[in-house]
Amino acid sequence: MKSETLAALQEARTKRRAVVLATRLSDAAETLVYPDRAEGELASDAALVSAARRAMGIGRSETVDIGDQKIFLNVYVPPARLIIVGAVHIAQSLAPMASLLDFDVTVIDPRRAFATDDRFPGVKVMQEWADEAFEKIGLDASTAVVTLTHDPKLDDPALEAALKSDVFYIGALGSKRTHAKRKERLAEAGITDEQFARIHGPVGLNIGAKSPAEIAVSILGQIIEVRARRLEALAAPKVAAA
Amino acid sequence: MSDALEVLDQVGKWKASGKGVAVATVITTWGSSPRPVGSQLAVDDTGAMVGSVSGGCIEGAVVKEALASIADGKPRLLDFGVTDEQAWDVGLACGGKVQVFVEKVK
Repeated sequence: MKSETLAALQEARTKRRAVVLATRLSDAAETLVYPDRAEGELASDAALVSAARRAMGIGRSETVDIGDQKIFLNVYVPPARLIIVGAVHIAQSLAPMASLLDFDVTVIDPRRAFATDDRFPGVKVMQEWADEAFEKIGLDASTAVVTLTHDPKLDDPALEAALKSDVFYIGALGSKRTHAKRKERLAEAGITDEQFARIHGPVGLNIGAKSPAEIAVSILGQIIEVRARRLEALAAPKVAAA
Repeated sequence: MSDALEVLDQVGKWKASGKGVAVATVITTWGSSPRPVGSQLAVDDTGAMVGSVSGGCIEGAVVKEALASIADGKPRLLDFGVTDEQAWDVGLACGGKVQVFVEKVK
């Protein structure tokens, strides 16, 4: 690996940009493939660039044969993000557990008493309204959003904004009854049943979780499952239309 | 911080301090193997390492090849598996097979 390649990989990480490092195994020749361009010794090899972009799409590193060359495609995608709305007790378990799972965690709560760095060591805390914070962060397909406040004033605008984005997971804390009422409120705000169905509520896998830490496990279990199923679906060979 | 980032950061630090560095990457796996494709282990010229390419089973052998790669500048493709006598010796106890690419950071 060249030092310049290392620097490019680190820069891509910092800027949350996806990149694939394609290495020819016979001589370690390197090519960096970005979504919009390719740089390096094999950048003009269309088959290589196309294989690299496919690997990027499914987020999976692999060794491929391109012509008579063996090429290793190492995929560097930005870490998934978890945005937690509500700096509440459950969030204090959810945030550190999600960090352990390599999520880039942000906790949002406009209430000063809740959103303090002391309560959330090592993660980003934004003392703002969720919809405003989302605009700054920019929601994308590698982001999960979980609302935990139980307060419609705080949760609803966050859910509305999340539903308008392509985040891969939306979860909302609350009982079935709470969730039904939430559906009515959001319908008044113009959210269709189909859109509402994207929200996982009551949030988390049904593992009988009771304590905040157990609920955090059930939420993260569900997020991991949703992400894995989505990647499996992306990786599955496409069936050609008849 | 993710493993991959941690390894790259350490490689950057070692290079900045003038050390010889090699990176080993899992490029293929068969059957059950403890670390997924793309997992990396970086080694400096004193044998210090960061990251992992197995559950600890083959790291010793990989470090040896990494030091050789730092010395001669050539990349290496290593195969480890239960059918391979040497791999059995170094103990890939999980029963899987892995292929590891080792290269010097230039």
